[in-house]
Amino acid sequence: MSTLAGTGKLVRLILRRDRLLLALWILFLCLVLLSYPVSLREVFPTAAERQQYADNAAFIALYGRLSGTSLGEFVAWRAGFVPVMVALIGLLTVIRHTRVEEETGRRELVAATVVGRHAGLAAALLVTFGANLVLAALVALCMLSQHLPAAGSLALGLELAAAGFTFAAVGAVAAQLTTSAGGARGIAVGVLGAAWLLRVAGDASGQADGGLAWLSWLSPIDWVQRLRPYGGERWWLLVLAAGCTAALAAVAVALSARRDLGAGLLPARLGPGTAASGLRSPLALAWRLHRGLLAGWTAGFAALGAVFGALTGGIGDLQRDNPTLQDIFARLGGRAGLIDTYLAAIMGILGLIAAAYAIQATLRLRSEETGGRAEPVLATAVGRLRWAGSHLAFSVLGPAAALITAGLAGGLIYGLDTGDVGHQLPRVLAGAIVQLPAVWVLAAIAVALFGLLPRLAPATWGPLAVCLLLALVGAAVQLDQRLLDLSPFTHVPKAPGAAVAAAPLVWLAAVAVALAAGGLVGLCRRDMPATP
Amino acid sequence: MTEAIRTEGLVKAFGPTRALDGLDLEVRTGEVHGFLGPNGAGKTTTIRILLGLLRADGGRAELLGGDPWRDAVALHRRLAYVPGDVTLWPSLSGGEVIDLLGRLRGGLDPSRRANLLERFDLDPHKKARTYSKGNRQKVALIAALASDVELLLLDEPTSGLDPLMEARFREVIDDERHSGRTVLLSSHILAEAEALCDRVSIIRAGRIVESGTLAELRHLTRTSVTAELAAPPGGLTNLAGVHNLEVDGTRVRFQIDSPCLDEALRRLTAVGVRSLTSQPPTLEELFLRHYQTVQPADAAQGGNRAGVSR
Repeated sequence: MSTLAGTGKLVRLILRRDRLLLALWILFLCLVLLSYPVSLREVFPTAAERQQYADNAAFIALYGRLSGTSLGEFVAWRAGFVPVMVALIGLLTVIRHTRVEEETGRRELVAATVVGRHAGLAAALLVTFGANLVLAALVALCMLSQHLPAAGSLALGLELAAAGFTFAAVGAVAAQLTTSAGGARGIAVGVLGAAWLLRVAGDASGQADGGLAWLSWLSPIDWVQRLRPYGGERWWLLVLAAGCTAALAAVAVALSARRDLGAGLLPARLGPGTAASGLRSPLALAWRLHRGLLAGWTAGFAALGAVFGALTGGIGDLQRDNPTLQDIFARLGGRAGLIDTYLAAIMGILGLIAAAYAIQATLRLRSEETGGRAEPVLATAVGRLRWAGSHLAFSVLGPAAALITAGLAGGLIYGLDTGDVGHQLPRVLAGAIVQLPAVWVLAAIAVALFGLLPRLAPATWGPLAVCLLLALVGAAVQLDQRLLDLSPFTHVPKAPGAAVAAAPLVWLAAVAVALAAGGLVGLCRRDMPATP
Repeated sequence: MTEAIRTEGLVKAFGPTRALDGLDLEVRTGEVHGFLGPNGAGKTTTIRILLGLLRADGGRAELLGGDPWRDAVALHRRLAYVPGDVTLWPSLSGGEVIDLLGRLRGGLDPSRRANLLERFDLDPHKKARTYSKGNRQKVALIAALASDVELLLLDEPTSGLDPLMEARFREVIDDERHSGRTVLLSSHILAEAEALCDRVSIIRAGRIVESGTLAELRHLTRTSVTAELAAPPGGLTNLAGVHNLEVDGTRVRFQIDSPCLDEALRRLTAVGVRSLTSQPPTLEELFLRHYQTVQPADAAQGGNRAGVSR
């Protein structure tokens, strides 16, 4: 087919550009998956313990419902959020190689060569599909290495891949709709969020009266989870996911055939002919550039906080029902009560997510520099520190706003649940706020690299991945404490519950300030744009 | 102060490449100064040093009486800059970018802004992501020209404009000259420099190889002469300053160093002249001569580029 001419070459181009990224996320997910059988086997040795652990509203919402109590089923259940992560990576990858290419104008250069109309879209989908299949194979091998049954291991791998396939196709459709990559990402992530919420609502209802249980069936995320690895695999659900993927891909192809290069289906809006009187400072410009990101992250954190707040009550039930589990949790999280341990753990995860936002906001400095948009501003009466400060205001205050929103939402909902808002709200909020110094350390690493080694600035994602890995698998596989101490999040007080000691927070803040100061000194001394 | 820009022995190295290799540039206050050279000669690097964006490795630079690195912010209030490759914030409209950049410089003249929008035929309502290269360039040009500043640094400002808009640009720069602003116009479009500039500097591999008014530069070089004579000429070959002499019966073509022109004409009239055309060297010829004689290796490249842009 001539519309697919050159697809193979484009596949190789994508593989060349993403070779590191693809390898890293596949490896990361495999490590996360591998940690589950290793740790769960030990912590929950009996079927009764597993059943009791999984039987509460909070975990049903997060991971779905447990289909059976074998170790394999328990692992598959515990990995219930991983399909959402795979789906997210899938849709981002596709948009990165379709709409981003168009928006930057690189697609035009390529499209003028001997490359068919649909080759770009096909190549992006093929690479994403391929990466998901590799992930499926490796996950299956990881599970086999833990002596889990072969069929179930394969099903678990394919469950993840099916989520990746479906949402890669969702990303492909979204990429046809808007002219901006940011808009396409917003639409696709929105669809993923809706799919997840449908599954949560359906499963929560199924646990209660079952009246709305059918909602789950509207969600592709639910389909793949119902595959039931290790529990009498329902392979036909893979056909459903494949059919959905094919249909969405066909829609994307049809849409792309109907539009011009660079255009979207949704019309591009006009802007004002003159600037509002407030748009007269670097900070005002930074607000324009960051406000969408800030609103998105804050809304997401509000939703996360509300969900976790609503689920906290379920943890309390668990504690009442099972004294042995209570022991286990107390051992994992210190002397504090189970609920506080849960809340502190959730806040730790929110802190890590907020750090991703902080890094993203900080790296905006670098993309402004490489994109040539810093130069016109720095050629006006704006000094480098003022320019950098305008963006850093958002890397410092943006995550603060997001975490505070999550703390308020979580505290309020949990407080209403227990009828004790006045007591719970400040405790949960404090748990969110103590994360900030650790978040700022990650942002400050980005500032330091940006000022001193600008080409390595994007490598800040590396330290975040390490922190995430240490947090997710470190405690479970009992890593050396010195290794765990590398992550600033290890030093955050486990609030609520443990007493909040000021010393580690002050130390973390001091480290952040020192790193950022070093970066800013470097920025004031170096060439702009940096020597290529 | 008579000099808006002065650099002495400016050196800038990027790793092993010496982008600037002892650059001496002098731009007088109130003149339109052409800064000519092919891609990669060091024009943008020079301008970025003058803006305090890059730090020179050696030599001195003085801009509007200040140090471009140390006094960057104060100096930037008095100048406006148009980058060679204009990129804008995709979510802002053209009008917003013009106003923002103007205000960051310290204010812009609303009536000039309206006038320039009309002259350059730009729709300020469109989001920057939908602008073509030429329209992005217009946004940066309008923002710079509508600002109330003493000095304009323009880095290949017309490289994306159509011929009609290029003509508008020349009109506008002509106005600037009359209003007494200093303009440093980097370009590889020689016709543009020839039409606009009071003085030009030619840069090659990080050094200024020629600097002066067009008349001065022409004086340094050769005039082409074609003549139809009454009889076969004699005595031209042994005349100093004659190059590429071709004699075809009574027809003669040669190039002559400008100082020797007088003597050559005397010899021609001694034989008897039926017709005579003499062409002063164009800037392009000046330019090509520098790029061909100094380094034959990249002359072909430079020659092609100059030829195309003509």
